[in-house]
Amino acid sequence: MHNKILSIFIWIVVALLGAAALGGIALNRGEPINALWFITAALCVYAIAYRFYAAWITSKVLLIDPTRATPAERLNNGHDFMPTNRWIVFGHHFAAIAGPGPLVGPTLAAQFGYLPGTLWILIGAVLGGCVQDMVTLFFSTRRNGKSLGQMARDELGAVGGVAALVATLLIMIILIAVLGLVVVNAMKHSPWATSTVTATIPIAMLVGLYMRNIRPGRVLEGSLLGVILLLLAVAGGGWVDHQPGLRDLFDHPGLPLAWAVIAYGFAAAILPVWLLLAPRDYLSTYMKLGTVILLAIAIVWMQPHVKMPAFTQFVDGTGPIFGGKLFPFVFITIACGAISGFHALIASGTTPKLLSNERDIRMIGYGGMALESFVAIMAMIAATVLDPGVFFAINSPAGVVGKEAADAVAKISSWGFPVTVEQMSLLAQQMGESTLFARTGGAPSLAVGMASIFGSAFGQGMLSMWYHFAIMFEAIFILTTLDAGTRVGRFMLQDMLGNIWPRMGETSWYPSVLLSSGLIVAAWGYFLYIGVIDPNGGINILWPLFGISNQILAAIALCVATGILVKSDKLKHAWITALPLAWLVIITSAAVWEKLISPDVRIGFLSAAHSLADKLAAGTLPPEKASVAPTLIFNLQLDAALALFFAALLWIIVLDMLRICIRHLSNKPVPPLSEAPHHVTQLEEAWQRD
Amino acid sequence: MAKRLKIWLRRCWQVARQLSGDDAYERYLAHHTACHADTAPLSRKEFFQRDQQQKWNSIKRCC
Repeated sequence: MHNKILSIFIWIVVALLGAAALGGIALNRGEPINALWFITAALCVYAIAYRFYAAWITSKVLLIDPTRATPAERLNNGHDFMPTNRWIVFGHHFAAIAGPGPLVGPTLAAQFGYLPGTLWILIGAVLGGCVQDMVTLFFSTRRNGKSLGQMARDELGAVGGVAALVATLLIMIILIAVLGLVVVNAMKHSPWATSTVTATIPIAMLVGLYMRNIRPGRVLEGSLLGVILLLLAVAGGGWVDHQPGLRDLFDHPGLPLAWAVIAYGFAAAILPVWLLLAPRDYLSTYMKLGTVILLAIAIVWMQPHVKMPAFTQFVDGTGPIFGGKLFPFVFITIACGAISGFHALIASGTTPKLLSNERDIRMIGYGGMALESFVAIMAMIAATVLDPGVFFAINSPAGVVGKEAADAVAKISSWGFPVTVEQMSLLAQQMGESTLFARTGGAPSLAVGMASIFGSAFGQGMLSMWYHFAIMFEAIFILTTLDAGTRVGRFMLQDMLGNIWPRMGETSWYPSVLLSSGLIVAAWGYFLYIGVIDPNGGINILWPLFGISNQILAAIALCVATGILVKSDKLKHAWITALPLAWLVIITSAAVWEKLISPDVRIGFLSAAHSLADKLAAGTLPPEKASVAPTLIFNLQLDAALALFFAALLWIIVLDMLRICIRHLSNKPVPPLSEAPHHVTQLEEAWQRD
Repeated sequence: MAKRLKIWLRRCWQVARQLSGDDAYERYLAHHTACHADTAPLSRKEFFQRDQQQKWNSIKRCC
């Protein structure tokens, strides 16, 4: 009885604290606000949602059954199916879902001010993203760990299955292109960053050789060696930066760097995994977890002030980083930090095979995404603690604010965000860079934000080291995503081509490997190339496309979940997935619509293509722009077609899901539920709970 | 006190090994002895090679 009263009291305190923190953030105008309020609001929101909403879903809607044997127990093969301690599964799951998306998205969305992005990261996660991850994990667990594509095919029919497959392949291509662009923009004319990122390749290979031949399977030893070498590489990059001869070797504009990334991607896709991909992944996982923890400690310790206003004037769609109004583009831009369709691919297929008990689904599915959303909040803090003028100077492309520093600062100051050339030169000098202007993409401004937080927490003298550490940290796991994504794309393509010519489906037949890897790399390489030559920085085009494709994948996962809920006669509760699904359909359709018909050349693909074609015909373009104009025009039309295709894919699967639901409700035959039969667990006594 | 600390440190070490996959071979051996004792297990090197190859044949990393 006493415990119950105490518990009610504690939750009332958490609710009041959360409400106060959120209210403080939301109603504050014009004054710098302590970042600790963001952390407090986020933690309270997650805690309440986890304790009440997630618990209600698992006990009343999904009907979690702790006595039911999980696939890990029934199909235990000591390898991929294996009952595992829930904290270990949580670690694996979080390491798999946490990527560069939640770091880049909030940084870009900060152009609207801190409030819209922060609110969506919190609301979108607890009502949408966490629910999606958790129900997908649950349904896949009940289906022997089937993948999202298989579940879509079994539960909705062939249309759903094909849509899921195509969406996954396309999102992968756009994702890799945009992440490649982020890395290229971070390395552009930066010998320090370029040499450090280059050094990560031989370091990963060395670790790969160590773990395969010198000390087979000693993952921790190999990783420790790699992490030490990576830190040395960051310091070594600083040394390279001061050697006149060596410096020039790593000082390149965007285009050659893009070609290098493309060549690297192809090499990584055809090299054996143990040599590059696997060791790089170990290193990036440690770097990622370590840096996220360090950032959390530094923010709590330093309590930096957020200087960005709650809203900027760019909510009207005139933002310099990407064009488009607050609705729907803040949702499309944040993407992964609130709802990420990609997580459904991990939550189905990989994680369910490790669960020892269904009880763990809430912590791993819902809790894992809540932590990911928390990473997005920290990225938002790191972006908004910068002076807004500095933030816009780093992130605005030259095509918008002008190539010359004086023009750029004049333009940015005229928006009401004062910044000076001296301020920017001093900052660049502190960070060990020649310039920080027009480094669109999120990575450099996040690195400056992180460096200033780390610097004030752990010593100002090391600012340039912190900056390049942050760049290396982002680059290493962007490159891991690039390797892994190219490889998965290759398998999917081989699988598809295998239907036409069986030989192509043999994943180890070298001609097939070369051809399919080449096709995938060419596909994302094309978008990367266009992004680099685009005068508006490329991010303006690619990030919204990526956001749209990611949100459409999430919509597919939510369609599968809603379909299963209705078929399981849980219509009354189907809103838990149907509501976020409806919202995703609204925002993605609105975004595609804007991208197609907007007369603003920075938003509408087609109007941009027309405007460029008119200028080309009138001969008003300078020669260097005129030479690439036909390629840009073609690409804009291609982007428009792609956006339209994404929207069509979404509507096909939504209507297909509705058709199945209506058929079920009117007692017509539908594909049967593919849930595996119930077996009583034998593990409970044997399995030590902690 | 020292004993407690030792137990605690050992636990941390085990968690680190399990999270990183450092103990994957030992877990494989345990499973092999329990379920397939009639066949010879893979060597550490063979197991690790097979494990990595299989791990990267599906989607393991997100955006």
